Amino acid sequence: MFRTLASGSEKIEIYLDGKPVPVPAGISVAAAMLQLGALPTRLTPVKRSPRAPFCMMGVCFECLIEIDGLANQPACQVEVQSGMRVRRQCGAGELAS
Amino acid sequence: MRCRGIGIVKQTCQLVVIGAGPAGMAAAQTAAEHGVDVTLFDDQAQPGGQIYRNVDTSPLADTSLLGKDYVFGQPLVQAFRHAELDYYACTSVWYLDKAREIGILKQGVSHKISAQRVIVASGAQERPMPVPNWQLPGVMTAGAGQILLKSAAMVPDNGVVLAGNGPLMLLLAWQYLRAGVNIHAILDTTPKGNLFRALRYLPRALAAGNDLWKGLRMMLSIATARVPYYHCVSELRAEGDNQLQAVSFSAAGRHHRIDTDLLLLHQGVIPGLHSLQEAGCKIDWNEAQQCWQTKVDAWGETSLSGIFVAGDGAAIGGAVAASLSGQLTGLQVAHQLGFLDAGRRDHLARPIIKARDRQLAIRPFLDALYRVADAGMIPPDDTVVCRCEEVSAREIRDVIALGCIGPNQAKAFTRCGMGLCQGRFCAATVEQIFAQQRGESMADVGHTSARPPLKPITLGQLAETI
Repeated sequence: MFRTLASGSEKIEIYLDGKPVPVPAGISVAAAMLQLGALPTRLTPVKRSPRAPFCMMGVCFECLIEIDGLANQPACQVEVQSGMRVRRQCGAGELAS
Repeated sequence: MRCRGIGIVKQTCQLVVIGAGPAGMAAAQTAAEHGVDVTLFDDQAQPGGQIYRNVDTSPLADTSLLGKDYVFGQPLVQAFRHAELDYYACTSVWYLDKAREIGILKQGVSHKISAQRVIVASGAQERPMPVPNWQLPGVMTAGAGQILLKSAAMVPDNGVVLAGNGPLMLLLAWQYLRAGVNIHAILDTTPKGNLFRALRYLPRALAAGNDLWKGLRMMLSIATARVPYYHCVSELRAEGDNQLQAVSFSAAGRHHRIDTDLLLLHQGVIPGLHSLQEAGCKIDWNEAQQCWQTKVDAWGETSLSGIFVAGDGAAIGGAVAASLSGQLTGLQVAHQLGFLDAGRRDHLARPIIKARDRQLAIRPFLDALYRVADAGMIPPDDTVVCRCEEVSAREIRDVIALGCIGPNQAKAFTRCGMGLCQGRFCAATVEQIFAQQRGESMADVGHTSARPPLKPITLGQLAETI
């Protein structure tokens, strides 16, 4: 769906649903998910319908995801870090890690 | 600029500015230059707001790809980085009240502070554009597309359909063409007759400067690139099961369907009023801009004494006007706190007011030209209105038929607006449905209430507020 114009950029490794994947450093978790084509990024708590990042500016909360054990993090507001554990949520996230 | 860790947030601040976009940066700097002790909180990791996002930290090899108006922000952000003030990035404001008590959340820790003056510079958000299946992965806002370009150098790789109207949609199309992106089609939803109605504002817009010419040049280059361009588009639908597969629509009496895995929607921007509504500031309906806005005096002070708004949060005027209005608000706060006498304030304000009014001269033309048709805001029954709680337009119409008295009661009946976005992407739609069903004006329907927390906060974080 998306490609990067900065192809030579530095890569780091994150864990997506337990599997290591390389992503560009300095971008948001939501941008990384879109670049990886890892969609949907969650299933809703209400009807389990598939969702993905929508506004990219912290307003719509569609991109909620579990990051390093903490559920419901807005992926568009969090920068990827080396070794970060990102897990897609199915339904309501567990708030306690 | 003193970038602060969170352990040392002052419990009592002289001035708190919320938001580091053009208005917030200008307000904070102006007040600080006159001696005010300024504390600024911003959601983002870098200053600049959405408009100048990553302008001096861009992953793009050449930022001129995005155009001169973006690069214009570079010295503004640089100047802000050198200003004498306390700047807290990645900090969200979850509470604001009329006594100017503020709740912030930074790195998972909640703090409560108070301020003598508050300037809310939370900018704008995109107007919801509810079309059937707009909740599918693959449907995003045009603003989101532009943020991906600014912050991550990302562009669509299988082509894109742009739908809606407004300057941002055209700007994004122009930027995508410069980046070599394949645009399957532009679906312009501007209703017939808008251009005619906008003409009376044209002389004023022409006299005001070169923004209009910039827009025309952009449209010309889109036309030259031979992007399929459909006018007066209606009955827009996203199609697909688990992901977007196609877009269907009507134009010139014919039905069309275009395969695409990415649809970017846009129909203008509206003020981000959440914290102001929650604090209890008086809010008015602006019929020309089709949105709610904060009632303010000439300096941006709201109906709540000591709480100000600068920039698009007061009324949509664009980035340059936002920066100028930020300066004015900064001057007034410096005056109220005793750093600047009225004569000096007025002397400094005069050229700023003149420049701001010049910037705003094009607005009546743009507001009339890009006025959204009712059909663009009032979706068919099968459309999800509240994306968070998955409430359809049919459910809203059903509760209205049952005698539901207004948007706030509809919220209680259906949970519409009670999800994580707190109504930011459904309130406008629900209010419009009420206005249409009841044959009432938006001012009569009234706006949906906003309640804390303004941003998600866990009970544990709330309980441990410092």
